[in-house]
Amino acid sequence: MILGIDVGGTHTDAVLLNGRFEVVASAKVLTNPENLIVSFREATSRILNGGDLKQLERIVLSTTMSTNAIVQNRVDRVGMILAGGPGLAPETLRINEDTRFISGYVSHRGLEAAGTDEREVRDAADSLKKKGIRHLGIVGKFSTRNPGLEQRIGDLVEGDFEHLSFGHRMSGNLNYPRRIATTYLNAAIWRVYNRFVEDILRFTAEIGTTAPVYILKADGGTSEISQSAKYPVGTILSGPAASIMGILSLTAGKEDAVALDIGGTTTDIALFADGVPLLEPFGVTIEGRKTLVRGLQTRSIGVAGDSRVRWEQGELRIGPEREGPAMAFGGPFPTPTDAMIVLGLTKIGDREKAVAAMDLLGGEANASPGETARIVFEKTCGLIADAVREILDEINNKPVYTIHEMLEGKIIEPKVLYVVGGPAEAMAPRLGELLGCRPGLPKHAEVANAVGAALARTTTEITLLADTEKKILTIVEEGIRQDIPGRFSRDDALFICREKLLERALKMGAREEDLIMEIIEDQEFNMVRGFYTTGKNIRIKAQIKPGLISPRKDGGTPS
Amino acid sequence: MTAGKRKTGLVFFPAFDWAISPTHPEREERLLYTQDQVFEEGLLDLGNIFEFKPGIATKEDVERVHICVPDVERVTTESHMISAGGAITAADKVMSGEVDNAFALVRPPGHHAMRIVHGARGFCNINIEAVMIEHIRRKYGRRRIAIVDTDCHHGDGTQDIFWHDPDTLFLSIHQDGRTLYPGSGFPEEFGGPNAVGMTVNIPLPPQTSEEGFLYVLDHLILPILDDFKPDLVINSAGQDNHYTDPITDMQFTAQGYARLNDRLSPDIAVLEGGYSVETALPYINVGIILAMAGLDYSQVREPDYDPERIRQSADTTRYIERLSEGILGLWKRREEQKQKIRRDSEFIRRRRSVYYDTDHISEEQTEEVRVCDDCGGLVTIDSTANYTTRIFAVVVPGGSCPACRRKGEEIYGSRSRGDGPYQHIYFQDRDRDLYLVK
Ligand SMILES: [Zn+2]
Ligand SMILES: [Zn+2]
Repeated sequence: MILGIDVGGTHTDAVLLNGRFEVVASAKVLTNPENLIVSFREATSRILNGGDLKQLERIVLSTTMSTNAIVQNRVDRVGMILAGGPGLAPETLRINEDTRFISGYVSHRGLEAAGTDEREVRDAADSLKKKGIRHLGIVGKFSTRNPGLEQRIGDLVEGDFEHLSFGHRMSGNLNYPRRIATTYLNAAIWRVYNRFVEDILRFTAEIGTTAPVYILKADGGTSEISQSAKYPVGTILSGPAASIMGILSLTAGKEDAVALDIGGTTTDIALFADGVPLLEPFGVTIEGRKTLVRGLQTRSIGVAGDSRVRWEQGELRIGPEREGPAMAFGGPFPTPTDAMIVLGLTKIGDREKAVAAMDLLGGEANASPGETARIVFEKTCGLIADAVREILDEINNKPVYTIHEMLEGKIIEPKVLYVVGGPAEAMAPRLGELLGCRPGLPKHAEVANAVGAALARTTTEITLLADTEKKILTIVEEGIRQDIPGRFSRDDALFICREKLLERALKMGAREEDLIMEIIEDQEFNMVRGFYTTGKNIRIKAQIKPGLISPRKDGGTPS
Repeated sequence: MTAGKRKTGLVFFPAFDWAISPTHPEREERLLYTQDQVFEEGLLDLGNIFEFKPGIATKEDVERVHICVPDVERVTTESHMISAGGAITAADKVMSGEVDNAFALVRPPGHHAMRIVHGARGFCNINIEAVMIEHIRRKYGRRRIAIVDTDCHHGDGTQDIFWHDPDTLFLSIHQDGRTLYPGSGFPEEFGGPNAVGMTVNIPLPPQTSEEGFLYVLDHLILPILDDFKPDLVINSAGQDNHYTDPITDMQFTAQGYARLNDRLSPDIAVLEGGYSVETALPYINVGIILAMAGLDYSQVREPDYDPERIRQSADTTRYIERLSEGILGLWKRREEQKQKIRRDSEFIRRRRSVYYDTDHISEEQTEEVRVCDDCGGLVTIDSTANYTTRIFAVVVPGGSCPACRRKGEEIYGSRSRGDGPYQHIYFQDRDRDLYLVK
């Protein structure tokens, strides 16, 4: 059995799944924002009994813990040591007052173009220590090409701080400013996240289960929880990831699809290509900070069930603010939910109050409540459909860098529209019409997030760079930098890459049967001096893509 | 992060799967390290730099500029159409006001491609700036356009295409043609009889450094642009003046390119050459992008940058000062010059040989232009490639006067394939967007 728990902003949901991945029990409790463990305990106790505990194979958790720590600024003060060399003006890169710039940097080829000055590093560390700072981020430009410089700085300050976060461990992708932001966030939430992990593990020990505990990451994949504690920044935006994985788990589609989660304040939009959720190309954004954190692509718009509706200069405006619930539920202003009640699309709330809301709104435009409701509903669906089209357009027009992709690149053409959330049933048919998609309403949508977390597989990614001219191989996510022979080939690179990805995934708690690897980047370039090829520049990126675990062979198939 | 002063569009198309040959300078990884540097610097996250996917140019876009022999399909590949399409996308983003300026960081380049195309020369098949410019005029109306070609090689293709166009000012700074391919680009090449002064060539001595380039910019190029008052300034942004470029002999720098771009402030920049793919291009391109976006580029420099090592000689400085003064004088006397060239001729003829170094083709060309005060003048071209393929082309210029058009139609009508020595006869009319072949 699998226990899935989604600790959301408002509710904490728990589900228990059997070997066929069927929901056998579920519970919903209010989230206690002060103490997430309390919510965790409460939801769990409602669906677990002694017998289930023994059969528990795994526990998977999605939580707003890291996100909230950042949003509510419950983070530690972080010192940053940056070694960027020439390029953007350093002041543009300053992340806080505790940022120190030191000399030394790495070039795009991974060469140390200038070395570090030990004295400078020591002075920077001392000045930060003196301020009582205990968490340090160390980030160099192109440290993904050669982590040596960051590692040396780390050696110089070893023991001076409680924890060091290294830029090169955050991601194999390029982007120095994002690497700085990611490393900063990782250091800032490191302590609070580690404490949370301890609490969870204490709790599971207490209730007497030895089942491994996993956490859902931003990319919709899981990681064993104590492994995740090394890079807590990977667990930001676990919530939205759970919602997308939830839809995936309830539909198991293999087509291009759109998923909408229509809530009270916002509608979240996600896309699937051949049934696989799309990842952000560079990394997710949190609180306006662009990071290198691998994460599912979602877009949020301020048009939803409880959006405030009003006329403004002859234009009907919907959202983006929510001022309270719908008037049918005693709220202050008319909302799309009121319109849906008047149109008979849903039976919730006080119909008379909803009619009054539309009357109030129509009064200014001389329309009957019924007509007004129709206009509001159409506009609401229209805005959401426009947003979906805009995102599709953006994704389908994403820059590509080869002639092959230019001519043969995949175009996403959704056939299905999955809708979850309060107004899902009322809006899905019209939205489907507008987008030319078959509407689908996943079952068990009320606990979709917890199911999504429960069934998500372990995901990870590694980046291999081989420079046969310099005879060096780097796998930066693993901190590997080793010599290779000059005749090292692309096939050798692919072999090593697969092997290391496998090791990494197993370490993160992947099950053998879910190690579905995919090469996502595979480039090989000649390096030429004069008119002679002097080496090859091989670049491979491999991943285990987000998806669902497969049922145990003895557990039957999912129904 | 600070939002910059200008919105800058970036059309980046490195064509990682296209090369002339595996060890040719124009090969797959030419923009690889530039991409690395642009991505690592995080330029696309700064808030005022936007990346756009290139469009694909059409046959019609190419036929508005070139006479391709025998046809567009046979002298181009997809890569050329995407490269030209990238330049067009950059232009559209600027013309529509979506961005303030744009940089098409695309390959393969185009500034050695002339009006008649029998094949590739100087790594170029079609002239991507020219295709872009005629697209702009077709879509947004006739505009006065200045092209400033800062590639180290003379932009002889662009010069040829706009030689007779009084609305296009072509300014080229390059390494002296006596010391580098294609061997042309001297101050005496000053525009056709209907466009005297609309071609300005500034050949610089080898080993010219930042000082020399910026001197020419301030004392020659900017004053001429002030006189010409273009609606649009386009920079053919070749990057082979760099001190590490393997096929040229100049001493320009990333910092210099950024400053030049900042002062020139082009509406659209289009990449041309530049073959120091590891040690120059990544830094030059970051510098140019920051300069275009109005951001601080003062910290951009190459890892091995050493101003002392690349300082130009005092002789070079003096030579450049005198050269600039001379060319500025020529520019100021362009009207007198015009009378001298025209005398009372109705048609003026030029004969020349064109060599296609990339494809090893020799072309003999006779071009005639109708002397006209009302437009760029009707042009006819008789061209023979490798002593075998012979064609005749009638080109009615953009903004043509009725007399030139009538004359052109008459000539095209009077010739038929088969009864002469020509394999094909072409008719190109930019105003009507007409392209006929017989
Ligand atoms: Zn060049
Ligand atoms: Zn005329």
